[in-house]
Amino acid sequence: MSTGEKLLQALIVVAIFFAVVTLILTLTSRVRSRAGELIQSMAFVLPAVGLVGVGLLYPAINSINLSLKDKYSTKYVGFDNYKTIFTDADLLRVLGNTALWVVVTPIVATLIGLIYAVLTDHARFERTAKAIIFLPMAISLVGASLIWKFVYDDRIGLLNAFTDTVGLGRHHWLINSPWNNIWLIVILIWVQAGFAMTVLSASIKAIPTDIIEAAKLDGVGGLKMFRFITVPSIRPTLIVVLTTITITTLKAFDIVRQTTGGNYKTSVLSYEYYRQSFQSANWGLGSALAVLIFVLVLPVVIYNIRQMRKLEAR
Amino acid sequence: MRVGKIRRGAATVAALASAALVVAGCGSSDDENGTAGGTSPGEGKAECAQLTSYGDLTGREVHVYTGIVEPEDKAQKDSYKLFTECTGATVNYEGSKDFEAQVVVRARGGNAPDIAYVPQPGLLKTLVQTKAVKPAPQAVADNVDKWFGEDWKSYGTVDGTFYAAPLGANVKSFVWYSPKMFKANGWTVPTTWADLIKLSDEAAAKGIKPWCAGFESGEATGWPGTDWLEDMVLRTAGPDVYTKWLNHEIPFNDPQIATALDRAGSILKNPKYVNGGIGDVKSIATTAFQEGGLPILDGKCAFHRQASFYAANWPEGTKVTADGDVFAFYLPGDDASSKPVLGGGEFVAAFNDKPETQAFQTFLSSDTWANEKAKATPDGGWVSANKGLDVNNLTSPIDKLSASILQDPNAVFRFDASDLMPAEVGSGSFWKQMVNWITGQDTKTTLDEIEKSWPTS
Repeated sequence: MSTGEKLLQALIVVAIFFAVVTLILTLTSRVRSRAGELIQSMAFVLPAVGLVGVGLLYPAINSINLSLKDKYSTKYVGFDNYKTIFTDADLLRVLGNTALWVVVTPIVATLIGLIYAVLTDHARFERTAKAIIFLPMAISLVGASLIWKFVYDDRIGLLNAFTDTVGLGRHHWLINSPWNNIWLIVILIWVQAGFAMTVLSASIKAIPTDIIEAAKLDGVGGLKMFRFITVPSIRPTLIVVLTTITITTLKAFDIVRQTTGGNYKTSVLSYEYYRQSFQSANWGLGSALAVLIFVLVLPVVIYNIRQMRKLEAR
Repeated sequence: MRVGKIRRGAATVAALASAALVVAGCGSSDDENGTAGGTSPGEGKAECAQLTSYGDLTGREVHVYTGIVEPEDKAQKDSYKLFTECTGATVNYEGSKDFEAQVVVRARGGNAPDIAYVPQPGLLKTLVQTKAVKPAPQAVADNVDKWFGEDWKSYGTVDGTFYAAPLGANVKSFVWYSPKMFKANGWTVPTTWADLIKLSDEAAAKGIKPWCAGFESGEATGWPGTDWLEDMVLRTAGPDVYTKWLNHEIPFNDPQIATALDRAGSILKNPKYVNGGIGDVKSIATTAFQEGGLPILDGKCAFHRQASFYAANWPEGTKVTADGDVFAFYLPGDDASSKPVLGGGEFVAAFNDKPETQAFQTFLSSDTWANEKAKATPDGGWVSANKGLDVNNLTSPIDKLSASILQDPNAVFRFDASDLMPAEVGSGSFWKQMVNWITGQDTKTTLDEIEKSWPTS
């Protein structure tokens, strides 16, 4: 089948889908009974349910199924793949690295964003200052990783040029473990700090002026204002920012792949599941790692959604 | 009225279902007995003799998926012209750097190409396990029996079934050097390991680091290290131990392998020897393999151990001859009498048995194609183990040398071990641990870790 034929088929299917939905909606709009309403709401809900089922639910269940099978997905091996994750020395290091990423990235990125937002609030060059830190957000992670790979380069890297001039010597930034993990994390922080700053800044500006004025009348200022007024007022936003960055961190695959390819003890969960599935052709272990990420992300996502609802309710 | 409505709804569903059936039925159907019928456009031409039995394939396409990307893809495409003239079918060529990972995804996802050029027998085995690969037709098996050695046929065979015919080949046991530098210093090409080390020491005494290397290769980072170890195993332990080692009849961390890795380390981990023109020992890990040998051109490095295909990486205008800018010599062993050769190659796997696919498989396995390909590669950098390949059709002296080694029935040729090992090792722990080794890990830990990762089933 040629591409043209495939496109034509896709078009026909889409046309049929719309025709049927239109038909059902026109027919049911005439009916004022309860059954008609039911059919009408179904016509709206079912396509979404179908898409979620095909695009989300089925792959998730299939991944769980594959994670219980051997590398060629031919026979069930029980929880052996999961046992491997928690006993193999290399994979334990992957878990350790992931933990480091998840602890360091959200906290540091949010802190930088928060401090920056507070300091630039009502400052003279507020817009320019904010634009500068927000710019990295516009760069894809792959692009950001490429840029930083040049910075860390042994021979032509900016960082080596700097440390050499200052008298600290040249170093293999991406090779020497465990510090290389930190240098990779810096890339994600560089990208995410802008996001934290923007959201937190908006939240700070939304603090009612009467609270601030009341605090000022009571003689609160500087650090105390930050500690007792600003932070408590934006607490829900802080949590949403923290959890959102945590989720991004758990999925950060591009940086590791682009800079070190998981070598030099820098692999993380999201890269390792790709490597096991597609390079080592071990779909069982790869799927088990994917399921593990899912299990780790899920509570954060649920907590995140709850906090966002609270935020909206206010 | 209600009943009527429901009936109408049922009719809609039925109409929708039948429409879907019609759409599904639009897929192409094909002939059963391996021919498309009709008169082949190549009827009567001698060079098309093998292809006419597939009938008239005009308008059909063969989708080829491969990791051979530019600049090497042009010669590939050029060499298919005869196939189109003979059968009428066109070849749809798709090259991707992520071929190794993507081809498995496509095969498992039911979206396989017609033909894939698989560069590792280990990967072929993985693909066969997905049950997507079709055994080679008789015509291809006959061609391979006629034109290739038995060992080459065995690399394309999985569990006793022959699947994939060899395509190109390469010879890896080469050391690239600068003939000009040799002439200026009065050096001659070394024929024993001791001579090679003597030259290295001489160069080191002059203040240049004699060896340069690069292990970085994206997701495959580390593979040049595996080639180093394999060449050393062939030289310090011999071809028989090599075969036992790759089949895991002796453990990966056998003392003989440790000796071989230490031999590699005597060059690669010697700060006096590496990394010429680039940096220190660790810089080998981050230097792209394409750039690993380039310092030779600046006179900052004397030796670079890399396969024949490295010829493609010299900048345009570089003279690759025995009296030119760069050339290569055979990586010597302890004595000059035995010359084991390490090499590799690609294999043609088919994912269906349509007549145009089988016709293309037959074409690629013939001596006709091997010579067409040689003529379509005027700049050199390609050889095949096909015995029907006329060495005079090759242009580069390196290619001629490689082809004569491959065709010599007395040469001890061994296929790249990492390509034959299970994927967990061959494209997993072996690569990773060689990277760890070059960045400081000791020999014992390195080999122990790889042994530990060998799959039990």
